[in-house]
Amino acid sequence: MLRLDGLRLAQGDFALAADLVVQGGATVAVMGPSGGGKSTLLSVIAGFLAPVAGRVLWGGADITALPPAARPVSILFQDNNLFPHLTIAQNIGLALRPALRLTAAEADRVEDVLVRVGLAGLGTRRPAALSGGQQSRAALARLLVAQKPLVLLDEPFAALGPALRAEMLDLCAQTLGGQGRTLLMVTHDPQDARRIASDVMAVEGGEVSAPAPTAQVLDHPPPGLRAYLGKE
Amino acid sequence: MARGPVAIGAPFARWPGTAAAVLVLALTLGTLAAVLWRAGGVGWAAGDWQVVRFTILQAALSAALSVTLAIPVARALARRRFPGRGLLITLLGAPFILPVIVAVLGLLAIFGRGGLVNAGLGALGLPPLSIYGLHGVVLAHVFFNLPLAVRLILQGWAAIPAERFRLAASLGLPVGRLLERPMLRAVVPGAAMVIFLICLTSFAVALTLGGGPRATTVELAIYQALRFDFDLGRAALLAAVQFGLCALAALAVWGLAVPDRMGAGLDRVAERWDGAGRPERLADALAITLAALFLLAPLAMVVARGLPGLAELPPSVWRAAARSVVIALASAGLAVALALALALRGGVRATLAGALPLAASSLVLGTGLFLLLHPWVNPATLALPVTALVNAVMSLPFALRVLAPAVARIEAGHGRLADALGLTGWRRLRLVTLPRLRGPLGFAGGLAAALSIGDLGVIALFAGPQTETLPLAMYRLMGAYRMEAAAGAALLLLALALGLFWLMDRGGRGDAAA
Repeated sequence: MLRLDGLRLAQGDFALAADLVVQGGATVAVMGPSGGGKSTLLSVIAGFLAPVAGRVLWGGADITALPPAARPVSILFQDNNLFPHLTIAQNIGLALRPALRLTAAEADRVEDVLVRVGLAGLGTRRPAALSGGQQSRAALARLLVAQKPLVLLDEPFAALGPALRAEMLDLCAQTLGGQGRTLLMVTHDPQDARRIASDVMAVEGGEVSAPAPTAQVLDHPPPGLRAYLGKE
Repeated sequence: MARGPVAIGAPFARWPGTAAAVLVLALTLGTLAAVLWRAGGVGWAAGDWQVVRFTILQAALSAALSVTLAIPVARALARRRFPGRGLLITLLGAPFILPVIVAVLGLLAIFGRGGLVNAGLGALGLPPLSIYGLHGVVLAHVFFNLPLAVRLILQGWAAIPAERFRLAASLGLPVGRLLERPMLRAVVPGAAMVIFLICLTSFAVALTLGGGPRATTVELAIYQALRFDFDLGRAALLAAVQFGLCALAALAVWGLAVPDRMGAGLDRVAERWDGAGRPERLADALAITLAALFLLAPLAMVVARGLPGLAELPPSVWRAAARSVVIALASAGLAVALALALALRGGVRATLAGALPLAASSLVLGTGLFLLLHPWVNPATLALPVTALVNAVMSLPFALRVLAPAVARIEAGHGRLADALGLTGWRRLRLVTLPRLRGPLGFAGGLAAALSIGDLGVIALFAGPQTETLPLAMYRLMGAYRMEAAAGAALLLLALALGLFWLMDRGGRGDAAA
């Protein structure tokens, strides 16, 4: 269970407040207008930005002061999710051993996860030798071996075409959701939310609303979100 | 996104950068203090005001001439396309790594007593010109800095959006008054000030083409005070004066807009609709031809005269060349290590420490090191290590200028992912920073090696016959009027400087799979 307790964020003139609970195992779409603070919220949960006030709790433990790597959190950014000079297998192996000296068992795990995301045999390639969709799969593979219970997706598939993006979302829901992990994903597209999200959290007007069931929020959006969504 | 003050610590330990900054501080200001302390007081010779005046005069003239001549060349390069344009622009970067003494020999072959120009004048029955003195010093400085000025000003041209030229053309507006003059007003003072700063600390040019009471720079006066009078007090005071002059010039540079010297985009030619007339085309062709001739003819002479001289090189010159290569490699490694430590630490203090050597006197630096070390170590064994260390410190500002922006780019692009994966310190360096930094590391190392191998500075003070470097051996051959052998040594030095740069730069670019 993720709890944002009286959280207040500020960056220059920008301010955002959040006080809510996300149930463990939920898949939550984070929606709202550009510049509303969706990415900033994820940055605070991931530990890249310190809040002005309030706490971030996971399973009752305060993680507000922990550095990013020590949190029970994995994150995929919009871009730069892979180091271009490392092979795909090395990129994935980083989640197991940051020094990249893998044991035989760990190397096997990397091979297994490559098969699971459909990249069997491509472990020795560099990211540039892969298509955009394959790169997304490689980044997802690293989340799978990292075993962190909370996964943040900051529009990592935004550059993919609609069909490929839907495919990646399904793969995320199936692999990550299937393991009971909690998923927070930023999206602009209500279709993405309807596709895999159980709940929607609106980030709008300087506030983050508590997650509510997807169909309910999208069918009867609150006024601020309605203006953003327009007519579906 | 700004980093939070709480959640993330610095990705790298700060102590290596701090240690590097302290070392640079000790080597620049500390050595000056050591010289002062040993001198027990400062002395100011009667002619020293003359020296300061000459230093400022020659630097000002060199800067003014370089930018004035650079403007038509840069304009021509900005608005003309022709085969070899890219190669010419690349060549404009070469004088930076060209050993000064080699260029001087090339200039002597053109403008010297037995040079081509005087041969032509003699054939016409005109009196010969002398290259020695103020005009010779300025000529050599223009040779080195005209290309730099062209590149800086060309960047100003390249920065004017192509749409502006299109708009001006469609409205029939004068491009020169509307677009070019404001750009030049913004760019030229900064370019001139950078060149002024570079020429302030000139040594090897003044040593070979200047000299005498009326053509001595501060750095050359320091050399004379140390070598002929062993007058530490005077040397220290002159070094302090040089620090002051450079600091003032550096402040002026800071206040002016200087385009990024390493910036890209020079290959682009904006579509232009002006300057299509015959006179303009002729003027541009003339500017480019004259500039290319001025820059390439001396180098061609070095090659032409050097080839037969290679066979005449005494074995001692080859040994000197081997010594020079070792010094250059050691010095490049050290310069890059220091620059990397400073770049990873970042911050104003690291930046300032990295710029400090620009104002330092390498001769005082070397002398201070000797004074500090000679109670413990036999001075004869010190000449080469001290030279390598001094060269490393002197090329540090350029290496840092290459590495610091590259490190910042890597952190901007991959820092968050590295943080998320818990890559810090040595692991982050090994897995992320160093592999991504290969190109800039090779380039910086190549610059430092070329600068070091061509340097005729501190070694001229302390070298015995067993510790001669190649530039010094060449200088001594010139002094003994063994011009054939000197030309051979010049060609060898030229090949080594360009070769080392090319090898290191190439090594950094290899395996560019990312």
